[in-house]
Amino acid sequence: MARPEAEVTAQAATVRIWDVAVVGGGVVGCAVARRFALEGAAVVLLERAPDILAGASKGNSALLHTGFDAPPDSVELACMQAGYHEYLEIRERLGLPLMETGAAVVAWNEDDLVRLDAILAQAHRNGVTDVRRIDRAELMQREPNLAAHAKGAVLVPGEHVIDPWSAPLAYLTQALAHGAAVWRNAPVTGGDFDGVTWHLATPRGPVSARQVINCAGLQGDVLEHELLGSSDFEIRPRKGQFVVFDKAAAKLLTTIILPVPTERTKGVVLCRTIFGNLLVGPTAEEQPDRERAATDSATLAQLRDQAIRMLPGLADIPVTAIYAGLRPASERKEYRIAAKPGRHWITVGGIRSTGLTGALGIARHVWSLYAEQGYRHTPPEVGHWPRMPNLAEHEMRDWQQPGYGEIVCHCEMVTRREIEAALTGPLAAGDRHGLKRRTRAGMGRCQGFYCTARVAALCEGRLHE
Amino acid sequence: MSDSRPIEVDVAIVGGGPAGLAAAMALRAGGVARVTVLEREEAAGGIPRHCGHPPFGLREFRRLMTGPAYARHLVAAALAAGVDIRPRHSVVRLHPGGQLDLASPDGTRQMAARRVILATGVRETPRSARLIDGDRPLGVINTGALQAYTYLEQLRPFARPVIVGTELVAFSALLTCRKAGIRPVAMIEAGTRATARWPTSLAPRLLGVPLHLRTQLVEIRGRKNVEGVVAAGPDGTPREIACDGVILTGQFQPAAELVRASHLRLDAGSGGPAIDQFGRCSDPAFFAAGNLLRPVETAGWSWREGRRVGETVAQDLAGALPASTREVVIERDAHIKLVVPQRLAWPQFGAGIGDHVQLRVARAIAGTLSARANGQVIWQRPIDTLPERRILVPLDALPIPADARSILFQIDPRG
Ligand SMILES: Cc1cc2nc3c(=O)[nH]c(=O)nc-3n(C[C@H](O)[C@H](O)[C@H](O)COP(=O)(O)OP(=O)(O)OC[C@H]3O[C@@H](n4cnc5c(N)ncnc54)[C@H](O)[C@@H]3O)c2cc1C
Ligand SMILES: Cc1cc2nc3c(=O)[nH]c(=O)nc-3n(C[C@H](O)[C@H](O)[C@H](O)COP(=O)(O)OP(=O)(O)OC[C@H]3O[C@@H](n4cnc5c(N)ncnc54)[C@H](O)[C@@H]3O)c2cc1C
Repeated sequence: MARPEAEVTAQAATVRIWDVAVVGGGVVGCAVARRFALEGAAVVLLERAPDILAGASKGNSALLHTGFDAPPDSVELACMQAGYHEYLEIRERLGLPLMETGAAVVAWNEDDLVRLDAILAQAHRNGVTDVRRIDRAELMQREPNLAAHAKGAVLVPGEHVIDPWSAPLAYLTQALAHGAAVWRNAPVTGGDFDGVTWHLATPRGPVSARQVINCAGLQGDVLEHELLGSSDFEIRPRKGQFVVFDKAAAKLLTTIILPVPTERTKGVVLCRTIFGNLLVGPTAEEQPDRERAATDSATLAQLRDQAIRMLPGLADIPVTAIYAGLRPASERKEYRIAAKPGRHWITVGGIRSTGLTGALGIARHVWSLYAEQGYRHTPPEVGHWPRMPNLAEHEMRDWQQPGYGEIVCHCEMVTRREIEAALTGPLAAGDRHGLKRRTRAGMGRCQGFYCTARVAALCEGRLHE
Repeated sequence: MSDSRPIEVDVAIVGGGPAGLAAAMALRAGGVARVTVLEREEAAGGIPRHCGHPPFGLREFRRLMTGPAYARHLVAAALAAGVDIRPRHSVVRLHPGGQLDLASPDGTRQMAARRVILATGVRETPRSARLIDGDRPLGVINTGALQAYTYLEQLRPFARPVIVGTELVAFSALLTCRKAGIRPVAMIEAGTRATARWPTSLAPRLLGVPLHLRTQLVEIRGRKNVEGVVAAGPDGTPREIACDGVILTGQFQPAAELVRASHLRLDAGSGGPAIDQFGRCSDPAFFAAGNLLRPVETAGWSWREGRRVGETVAQDLAGALPASTREVVIERDAHIKLVVPQRLAWPQFGAGIGDHVQLRVARAIAGTLSARANGQVIWQRPIDTLPERRILVPLDALPIPADARSILFQIDPRG
């Protein structure tokens, strides 16, 4: 059964030794905690912020990628494909949504057009065999609102849209239901390894574990400098800004529109979100700062214009939200996953721009690195499949069922019943950002004009900000 | 669906603010039996519910009231007139001919109305749509949210905010802060003068809040909570102002999402539904009134508009309002931001929502405002105005030729 955090703290006082401490509650840490808990290891996840998903995982494009354009034969590709399949396999039992949109890599000029063949060849080489060329006529038939200068495309039927937050929340909730624990507001600030056990320091008390798995995202190399004295990789944050259009835009588009990629980036995507909006982004901007993901109006205006050039109907549609995320990229274009058996440490770093898709696959890969070292646990019966509340617009929402009490956020139709649920349970929201990610309250077109105060009142004294 | 049969009413009013409630009362006074106001909040009353300051009620009750007192008065008067008010009923979709999808805590339902009046009001533009640079911490809110914190929830979102903008509502933010014991550190305005009229624009000085004109908000800083803003003054030098909140005031826009998602025509200038002088939308089963029609008027104005649309709809249901046989489209040049109504219908009948065309300009401008039909100037007048000020052109001052398909309003700037 799930364990409330207070109880865990009490246990910590008796100096429990965990099998594994996962540092970092991003999507990767959550998936790793789940895998290890399902395999029978005693897992504690340590997150420095008041809530999980406070780093790279709080702002991404929310696409479930097939890996059609990933580096061939890479660990990244293998993890993405394993992650993709596991997501599809478990999602219904966890109540995780899927919007089956498919994607089109669209050629907007002659140069793009000549590069489509190479994209197709790479997709087939990566085992994504349903990818095919479509001509302009077929593209326009699929997407009649697309700008007339589209020249043709590569269609990737398997690319889909998911909910970026309910997935990691489900992974960690399931881990908790199988004996794992989570400490929030618990940054790992130091630690000693005595040859058998790690003794980690956090402001909430010491944590002892036989193995540390570093899933600290943007802080991964910093953590290793602190605890190991050195790091094999260096995080180079890469910012991506987004513009989200009003829900009125969703009817203009079905397929995810991808550009023909360049050396540096997959480029700006135009797609619907699972919540019924339409987004354009991300940019790719290197910056030294690992904490701040600021938006700037010039870039946002450019993104908006770029979106209108692809989908002219957007010109009349207001902007609902803006946001930015930081990719935990490293100095190399690959995942940086490695075990250091002598130090009882596994690095899961540099999970740059595909971690939402790859997380479940990464978790399996990390488990095998661990198991290869001879560790054995007895898997519990996997009996708990906690269902996430549905926030996807194309499926039944809470307000459509009686007894919800009150609609608190009118733009996103968030009910008091949903807010209450998000404020209770083993993984209750830790701060107001976390509450937004769990319910969407305040994330709609009025951005809290009507509901901010009501939400604040419902949360009074119930968060750990 | 908890119940598949639609609820049948004569008139469904979407939104229980001053406009919606006034329309409902006028309908009852006009002899319409089943008048239902659908209000998504826990109580009707609209924006005045959280404007804890005067002046409200002068036009309607000939008394000076605070917003909440005024809202309670309106609700009581409507109930006394036999209006069916349903709080916590959200209208989620409009269908042709007057069908509505509703959500309430008891379940989802459909409503079939012979006529629908839309009166969903306005809201302020949030941070996102203003594309403001910087971080996205908590504590960046509009005046509406500030008032809800203060008057509805008795909470204080911050202690030392910066107020952005100088429309009338910014002074209402100032008063709200004062009431809540919040001390704004500055009020900033990009223009060369405060938008609201004197003497309101003296208020900041009287309340000891420095007003910085020709000052642009450049950036918001702070990871979790607001830590400061960067603002650039007249010389363009960016300067950090320490604060723990930002109040983004004004830049109103009609709450027109239901219209946008429906079959009804939306007007790009006003941001509200396109109407004729009776308040009739592109589907004649739908009418609209109040601040949904345009940003932004006072409660008293919205109330009067609601009453007139209510009267018109009562006559329509009695078969007196003729279907339009000829329409004149009202066009505008780029200096003019919006015009309401967007078309005039013939045959003429009564006064409609007012006896004028309302215009607002896009930028501060002085010059000659004229109306043209068939290429001829049919009316003109000098103007010197600001964007938030209303310009009224009396309908009976416009000699519209019988063969005109449209009239064009334009401004020739002076100098
Ligand atoms: C703009 C953008 C678009 C993207 N689009 C997609 C997409 O469409 N599809 C897709 O699959 N992927 C996408 N991604 C990639 C995906 O978001 C990332 O790969 C993923 O979020 C990385 O997760 P993570 O768990 O490694 O890192 P993070 O989410 O950063 O998690 C690390 C966590 O560790 C915590 N932490 C750090 N230091 C400590 C410490 N000392 N002690 C305790 N805790 C600590 C942090 O607070 C944080 O919560 C995108 C990313 C970005 C930025
Ligand atoms: C922050 C702010 C401060 C203001 N301060 C003043 C002031 O001090 N003095 C003044 O005269 N004017 C003020 N105004 C202007 C205000 O718009 C008018 O006073 C007046 O409220 C307009 O009346 P209305 O009926 O058009 O709209 P509103 O009063 O806004 O009423 C609209 C109603 O519709 C409801 N509604 C919306 N959508 C739906 C739906 N889908 N289903 C059901 N119900 C729905 C809303 O809950 C609301 O109750 C202010 C406006 C704002 C935004």
